[in-house]
Amino acid sequence: MTNQFFTLTVNGTDHEVADSWLGESLLDVLRDRIGLMGSKGACTQGECGSCSVLVDGRLVCSCLVMGATAVGQEITTIEGVAPVGAPSDVQQAFVDAGAVQCGFCTPGLVMAVHDLLERSGSPTDTEIREELAGNVCRCTGYGRIIDAVRQVSVNRSSPDEGTS
Amino acid sequence: MTVAIPTSLAEAARLLGEEPDAMLLAGGTDAMVEVNDGHRRPADLVIALNRVTDLRSWRHDPEARTVTIGAGVTYTELMDPAIADLVPALAEASRTVGSPQIRNAGTLGGNLGTCSPAGDGLPVLAALDSRIRLVSATGERTIPVREFMVGVKRTALEPGELIAEIELPLLDGWQGYAKVGVRNAMVIAVASTCLAVDRLRETVSIALGSVGPTIVRCDTAEQLLASAVDWQNMSLTADTLNDVRVLVSAASTPITDHRSTAEYRGHAVGVLAGRLTRRAFTIDGATE
Amino acid sequence: MSIDTRSDTGIRPGTIGDSTLRPDGVAKVQGTYEFSSDLSADGCLFGATLRSPHPSARIRSIDLSAAWKISGVEAIITADDVPGKKTYGLISSDQPVFASDVVRYVGEPVAAVAAIDPETARRALAAIAVDYDILTPLLDPEAAIDGDHAPIHPDGNLIRHQRILHGDPDATGDVVVEGTYEIGMQDQAFLGLEAAIAFPDPGADGIELHVATQWLHEDQKQMAACLGFPEEKVRLVLGGVGGAFGAREDISLQVHTSLLALRLGTPVRMAYSRAESFLGHVHRHPATIWMRHHATSAGELVNVEARFVFDGGAYASTSSAVLVNGITMAQGPYRCENGRVDGYAVRTNHLPCGAMRGFGAVQACFAYETQMDKLALACGLDPEEIRLLNAMKTGDTLFTGQPVLNVAPVEECIRETAALPLPDEPVGGVALADGSPDAMKLPGGAGRTADASDIVRGIGWGVSIKNLMYSENFDDYSTARCQLADGVATIKFATAEVGQGFITIAAQIARTILGVDDVVLDQIDTGIGSAGSTSASRQTWMSGGAVDAACRAARERLFEAVGAQHGIEPIRLMIEGTDVIDTAGDLRVPVVEASAGLEIDETFEYHHPKTDDLDENGQGNCHTAFAFVAHRAVVDVDPELGLVKVVQIATAQDVGNALNPLSVTGQIEGGIAQGLGLAVMEEIIQVDGVIKNGNFTDYLLPTFLDMPPVLATLIEQPDPHAPLGAKGVGEPPCISSTPAVVAAIRDALRQAGVDAPLDRVPVRPSDICI
Repeated sequence: MTNQFFTLTVNGTDHEVADSWLGESLLDVLRDRIGLMGSKGACTQGECGSCSVLVDGRLVCSCLVMGATAVGQEITTIEGVAPVGAPSDVQQAFVDAGAVQCGFCTPGLVMAVHDLLERSGSPTDTEIREELAGNVCRCTGYGRIIDAVRQVSVNRSSPDEGTS
Repeated sequence: MTVAIPTSLAEAARLLGEEPDAMLLAGGTDAMVEVNDGHRRPADLVIALNRVTDLRSWRHDPEARTVTIGAGVTYTELMDPAIADLVPALAEASRTVGSPQIRNAGTLGGNLGTCSPAGDGLPVLAALDSRIRLVSATGERTIPVREFMVGVKRTALEPGELIAEIELPLLDGWQGYAKVGVRNAMVIAVASTCLAVDRLRETVSIALGSVGPTIVRCDTAEQLLASAVDWQNMSLTADTLNDVRVLVSAASTPITDHRSTAEYRGHAVGVLAGRLTRRAFTIDGATE
Repeated sequence: MSIDTRSDTGIRPGTIGDSTLRPDGVAKVQGTYEFSSDLSADGCLFGATLRSPHPSARIRSIDLSAAWKISGVEAIITADDVPGKKTYGLISSDQPVFASDVVRYVGEPVAAVAAIDPETARRALAAIAVDYDILTPLLDPEAAIDGDHAPIHPDGNLIRHQRILHGDPDATGDVVVEGTYEIGMQDQAFLGLEAAIAFPDPGADGIELHVATQWLHEDQKQMAACLGFPEEKVRLVLGGVGGAFGAREDISLQVHTSLLALRLGTPVRMAYSRAESFLGHVHRHPATIWMRHHATSAGELVNVEARFVFDGGAYASTSSAVLVNGITMAQGPYRCENGRVDGYAVRTNHLPCGAMRGFGAVQACFAYETQMDKLALACGLDPEEIRLLNAMKTGDTLFTGQPVLNVAPVEECIRETAALPLPDEPVGGVALADGSPDAMKLPGGAGRTADASDIVRGIGWGVSIKNLMYSENFDDYSTARCQLADGVATIKFATAEVGQGFITIAAQIARTILGVDDVVLDQIDTGIGSAGSTSASRQTWMSGGAVDAACRAARERLFEAVGAQHGIEPIRLMIEGTDVIDTAGDLRVPVVEASAGLEIDETFEYHHPKTDDLDENGQGNCHTAFAFVAHRAVVDVDPELGLVKVVQIATAQDVGNALNPLSVTGQIEGGIAQGLGLAVMEEIIQVDGVIKNGNFTDYLLPTFLDMPPVLATLIEQPDPHAPLGAKGVGEPPCISSTPAVVAAIRDALRQAGVDAPLDRVPVRPSDICI
């Protein structure tokens, strides 16, 4: 397969990628070739998590995935989490808890929190911190984000007791 | 420029044999950082290994008392209880790697292939005297890990070879890993130590990371422990513990760089070795 | 920390005092919010900047020929291509758009290119051949002060010297403590990397720039001068800002991007990588501060002597103002009748420094709070006692002679902080189900470096004062426009929203004053007057004040209309909820109805009172207003390995009036994280003038596992000088949190029998254990 032309499946839709140069990261392919701007690049070293996406159900930093190697895999980005205007429970919890300030880390964090809560329904405070340690936020100091995660965890375990 | 996505080890080896300068890409957690920084431009051929199923599995051989791990097994997979119970130090080391995102992508084979002295899995592989199986289009060979790790980011890989598997002996005894970094998560090791006890052979292995061009084994400290440990009670004296710390520090050859000083690194591995020893054994006269 | 929900407080949702949710929140969580780096246009080209690899060198020649040969390269510009003023700067225009004869720091821009894609642009940069004659850099601030080194800039090596002499500067006390303190270079490290897109006007006689910045109009002014345009031909639109913390106050890519676009007649985008960002913006001034405190044997301050040296790096930026902030608050939030301070801001070939949240007060605070702890020990007092004893009150004076006329609840800040509970979990936390320690609760985290028995817990204090708004006779006014029609208020301002939440409270203010629910926020651009910078903890006061005043003016027009319609004197009318009511009669009209068919349009320029310059003895009422805060840190320390884990930070902050308690909490927690970062992990390391850790692998930011829970009490004593009673809250959290953390480490070490001075931040493990 040559890099110049390949197909990636993102959020259930096939996208033909042309003019990509070899070595271009999945993050750059998503943003610059496919036009999905939700994933953000803040470090290009896998140190901040702003670019987090799911590849075949695994949370990874898209800046560390070579775009052309993701052919044939299921890629889920922030755009695939919920329809525009109908945020997921995690997304709404972030807004409600004041966990969003500048918002640059937010898409990556939303991906990481969705992934965390899939794997662990009721994480402890320490578990939340360890599992989100790959997502850096410079604005919030993390307190409101942890509140948001706890709130979702509580709501999901008692779904018939009203919404947050 | 091409990206190949083989699905078998044989195919990967064949491709590499045809194009020995090809870039091997597994999790990308080291290689893509260099590509993104512009320090590395991939060669004409990139061989993605993330779909080679042969590399993605591990097996336990109870008779040979070994665990063999495919080079493509990720750190997250190494933390799975099934394998963590067999090689706890490797699970502990895996837990210290980066973040869930990094652990989901990074592989043991990649760690070996990069061969940084700070590689988190490497002190464990060295302490356990693991063996590395290398495969090429024309054959294969298995060499001890200490022979494989030659220097700073230099391995014994020949052109056309790729890392297929890592074979680890299963020891009867305590093993653990500890790593020092400036913050509490997401750190490159400033100093790291793995200690593994083999009750059958009555030996202790101590391997150090980030304090030399490659992983350091502490021969003198290990010899001291082999003879000084009371193997019936699994205990040792406080004096021996202190000697271990001093000998481990002395075995290290750290440098000073922007991350830390040689003095601190040498001090730190001694402290870590002492604490791991304390976790592995009872200290005579110590109250806990 | 629990926040009152709307239903609990009786406050009308969406108005002042309510924890209203931010209006851009849903867009941000869904990834649809446009940051400046998300902006693009058809036919857009990509710009990139060539930077000096040397801290000091003469440029012999620049050869562009090889770069021009690369297919896809559309423009290359250097200093010769700057049509207007060749230099820019916030206070003095000492910084070249492009270096022409010399480069003065690693990263100084030398040229820029525009190409069809970023990869081609990068290749073009690599092909530009600059012939440098390498010079020995000036790196020692003392050499810059004593004049031993030839000037590295026509303006000289001393950016500013300011002395302060107050009372009897020779006064001595029975107890004397002194020390020399160092503060390393911190980076703002906002996540949203620098990015802009420039649209040239047809005819190339004007430009529209969409950029993430802190002060649209200051960018406009400097750009216009460099581009050779009148200011009205330079239009700026705020692109989504991914954090700022001071790093966007100076020009970075604005002029470069615009020049390329104007040359080509097509839109040009530019975006920095993280490595480039570290070079492309100013940083917090590294500082060396000597202090000598004199006190009575009872612990009352008698005299504070200090010498401040701030290394401003290659260009002046706001060094002059940063220095003044630092030295004028050298006594801290404490009463003291006598003082002698000498402050120097110097120029070296290090990275240029300028504004970062705290702006000089951070450096001063680490020094004076460490001194206060030394005094406490010398006088046999505990850290709280010595601070309570000397706590400033309203009416007390600074060393500049300026009386602090604001609410000054220093004592309350300390007492309320002390009242917050200490952590009830023991060192090492509660064990896991299998009895093993939870490694994540211990210093070292997943590295499993320690067991609970290796750890000691310490407690430390920090209290600080911060000035709000700009100082030294600077009129940093703000402008806002309010239009009211058919029950909808439209608010326009140029206030840069950088994540702090001004857009949220602007709408809250409008709803409160006007009694509307529907508020539309107009685009943030230069189509209205300046709002000043989003910095200096000033926007709530200044832009909040402007919005408040514009809305009040609009409300007056509304009352006039209602009054005329119903034959009532407007002075009898007021807003109650969403109605206009007659306080002396029965009239009650919903605002929606009352404003139907009206076209009310009011613009207000809000100014704070004038401040003074400082005379040659540093005397003068140079600051506008002040805010106070106390921090208490609990830190677990591994004395053998020097690793730390901050377990809790408690704080009581003087906020005046919490317009949005949830937002205030967010600012407090985020600021504390930055203070913690400076205390134990954040530093730009330069060796021989070359940065060594310009990336996030080696410039360490606090993660979820480094940042503890924060307990916060808001001290709400409305300030009579503030338009809404509210003080700015952004900076205080990052000021005294740093010395509190370090003091806690010292306290822990003392218990372990170790006396480590820890007179430098960030504290490194080797400072603790070797």
